[in-house]
Amino acid sequence: MITLTINGQKVTAEEGMSILDAALAHGIEIPALCHDPNLKPESSCRLCLVEVDGRRWPRVACGTPVRDGMVVETNTPEIRATRREILQLLLDNHPNDCLTCQKAGECLLQKYAYEYGVTFRTHNGARRGSEKARFTDTSSPYILRDESKCILCGKCISTCAALNERSVLSFAGRGFETKVAADRDETLEASTCVSCSRCVAVCPVGALIDRRVREKKIRPWDADRQTIQCKACEYGCEYEVLEKGNERVIRPLAPSGGRPLCLKGRLYVEAEVSSDLRIPYKKKETDKGRKFVRTSWVEALELDQILDRIAYTESESGKGRAK
Amino acid sequence: MSMTIDKLKEIREETLKHMNLRGLPSDRPNAPYKWSVAICMETSCMSSKSPEIKRRLLDLIKRDGKEGEIEVVGTGCFGLCEAGPIVIVRPGDTFYYHLDPNDIDLIYEQHLLGGEPVRDLIYPESITEDGYLSYFDIPFMAHQERIALRSSGHIDPEDIREYIAFGGYEALYKALVEMTPDEVIDVVTASGLRGRGGGGFLAGRKWRATQASPGDEKFIICNADEGDPGAFMDRSILEGDPHSVIEAMAIAGYAIGSDQGYVYVRAEYPIAVERLEKAIGQANDLGLLGENIFGTDFSFDLEIRLGAGAFVCGETTALTASIEGRRGTPRSRPPYSADKGLWGKPTMINNVETFANIPYILLNGAEAFKKIGTANSPGTKVFALSGKIKNVGLVEIPMGTTLRQVVEEIGGGIPNGKAFKAVQTGGPSGGCIGPEHLDTPIDFDSLTEVGSMMGSGGMIIMDEDNCAVDVARFYMDFIADESCGKCTPCREGTKRMLEILIDITEGRGDETSIPRLERLAKTTELASLCALGQTSANPILSTLKTFRDEYEAHIKEKRCPAGVCKALTSYFITDACIGCGLCARNCPVSCISGERKKLHVIDTDQCIKCGLCYDKCPVNAIVKK
Repeated sequence: MITLTINGQKVTAEEGMSILDAALAHGIEIPALCHDPNLKPESSCRLCLVEVDGRRWPRVACGTPVRDGMVVETNTPEIRATRREILQLLLDNHPNDCLTCQKAGECLLQKYAYEYGVTFRTHNGARRGSEKARFTDTSSPYILRDESKCILCGKCISTCAALNERSVLSFAGRGFETKVAADRDETLEASTCVSCSRCVAVCPVGALIDRRVREKKIRPWDADRQTIQCKACEYGCEYEVLEKGNERVIRPLAPSGGRPLCLKGRLYVEAEVSSDLRIPYKKKETDKGRKFVRTSWVEALELDQILDRIAYTESESGKGRAK
Repeated sequence: MSMTIDKLKEIREETLKHMNLRGLPSDRPNAPYKWSVAICMETSCMSSKSPEIKRRLLDLIKRDGKEGEIEVVGTGCFGLCEAGPIVIVRPGDTFYYHLDPNDIDLIYEQHLLGGEPVRDLIYPESITEDGYLSYFDIPFMAHQERIALRSSGHIDPEDIREYIAFGGYEALYKALVEMTPDEVIDVVTASGLRGRGGGGFLAGRKWRATQASPGDEKFIICNADEGDPGAFMDRSILEGDPHSVIEAMAIAGYAIGSDQGYVYVRAEYPIAVERLEKAIGQANDLGLLGENIFGTDFSFDLEIRLGAGAFVCGETTALTASIEGRRGTPRSRPPYSADKGLWGKPTMINNVETFANIPYILLNGAEAFKKIGTANSPGTKVFALSGKIKNVGLVEIPMGTTLRQVVEEIGGGIPNGKAFKAVQTGGPSGGCIGPEHLDTPIDFDSLTEVGSMMGSGGMIIMDEDNCAVDVARFYMDFIADESCGKCTPCREGTKRMLEILIDITEGRGDETSIPRLERLAKTTELASLCALGQTSANPILSTLKTFRDEYEAHIKEKRCPAGVCKALTSYFITDACIGCGLCARNCPVSCISGERKKLHVIDTDQCIKCGLCYDKCPVNAIVKK
């Protein structure tokens, strides 16, 4: 264990820990958009800059390991001013849609903009996406994308790549034109995306939205919320149940501890708790490429053969034995 | 084959026999050749037909059966690229310049057969009352001292034996057989050699850190991803003397305990890549790369990796990612490359020019190296001198040479009697240095003090016709385009700074423009992930410091004092007009009218501000306002 000082407070931390994690362990929050406890630090948003040992050049708290005797200031006027500038740069490329954005209330950009008093402003400069929010990819029945809201933090890409066989998302283009692309910049439907929603679960803004929650129009702050575990396999991925009046929807929570999340699990949980079972879709290879096709719940959960066997066993001809 | 020191010496002696005329320290009287013709075979001279000159000359020699008397060598860069294609005739180092392939017939007949140099084709500044100066004595070469470029212009870079004849691979032998890895690093450290790629980090310290880093597998990388606008130092070394880099990498491999090296070179350098491939092949054939070099336990393999042209891949972590086959974006440090570099293994990355200094340092010792240059910046630095300067080309000068010496003496001053305005060093990360700092000695610390930086060696001279705001816009355009897009301040900030600069140059600047630029500059400097972003605002900050009045003229008076920004410039014809009609005939949009021998008029509404009339007017009657 080593000792360092954060904002005048002596704290202990384990060797190898980042400043950000050490601070968080002692209840000191450092703003960060690209940080995720389950992913390797990208240090790309640059919001978690902190002053180290009084030096002029700030360091990123997420990518700087703690050192014994280190003196960290997380909230100097200079650091706050730099964070404000960074937030302004992000807002200058972000549609003013907080009223109707599904992410409102949970959006980190909104949270920090509020905290730092940074507002939308009109400008004549270029924008990566449209000035008005609109979903740029509605091809998936589970995930909605709005690229104009993307802040390019890269978390969706990292979490997608955390499972080798997935790695669907990646950065494309460069500089101001950088974007997140599925495979060779295809729609989620045409791509190899397996609709696990890992990306949706880690997106800090409204760029990736759970379509089924959106369609129910349930605001998280309006709902009773409960975390449950998927029982489809032994990983036990976590889902959140949002309940409002008679309506109940579920959404995947950020995967942790090596849990993968998958579509089958999601549908399993939906079947278990959702207030109405909406038509499930499965991706199929067709002559026209990959397509989402309607399917039945029995087929979606791959229960057809099992149900057949159970029915046979319990029937006259089965006499207690399966086929 | 396996190489021994005796074999190396044998190759050296055998090869030297026919190199009697090639700038060697000692005269070798029993030499076979009467004449040696060196023809520059680097990108610049090759694009002005030097291969054709060589072919033609070889044909003539063959026709007359003079192969035994006259040798023709394709060499690396001589430096004065502006005078290309360059042909040097030895003995005498007679300097023929701007040759047309047809000219070689006359040189052959008159000089090589007749012994009389062709005065009309000789570089004018080398002509004196007593005869002709050697190339190496012309004013351009006055303050130069060649270490990194020591063999360029003397040897054929495609022939390893010529490199060996010039002492090549002796430093490797010395390191492997006579020195321990620690001793090698000690010498490099003692020499004070600092990284020539831009950062100026002490090479010895980098070597030591990588050696000390635990790991069974380590890598050596040569960073040849040269990308600054107008810079071609590394290309020139790879094209003119590739073995100096190969030898140095093997030495570094021995020192830090690595048996595998990679040269990361941009695909836009096809000639450099080809020569490097050839050189690696020859070194392998002679056993100077590969298994058990010089019979020792040390083995070293070298491979080339091509970059796809992204500027940011010159940044070490982005370069490493690119070699690994990933998107070339930088990552946060720590871990440093010395601990976790290529494929997570300890990796030592030096730039081409840094490596090129290594064999010299090992053979001559740290003290000899430190005698050159200044206390904190020993040695020399290669610069690609370009812009508004008479002698455009490649110069290698001892550190401590002043900017004035480079501009006025080596560079030959500003052409057309124009006034010097600024010198830009350090590429897009550097800055503009104004006339008040012309006496600054060129070394790492002094250039940083005056608001620029050493950088990798781009040096662009600007005269009164360059607009400071336009220069800043040019560099910001480059950086915004080359930003990898990973971190917020660089991705968004460079774009916004560019937009403000475009607004200023097009007359839309207002009182908020400069404060906004300064704020964005500070944010990108403090908050960006890598040096590309951190230094991206330097061209703005340095021009703002020296030429703030010019920014203000654009913003407040909507006027470009240098007459560069088209939106703010109009052309007018003054009373000095003689009515010759040359302007009207050259105008591509026919917006100039006037009777013969009478004052002509430009219709400014139709004018596209191409400046052709301005250039063509024989009496300078056209002005920009």
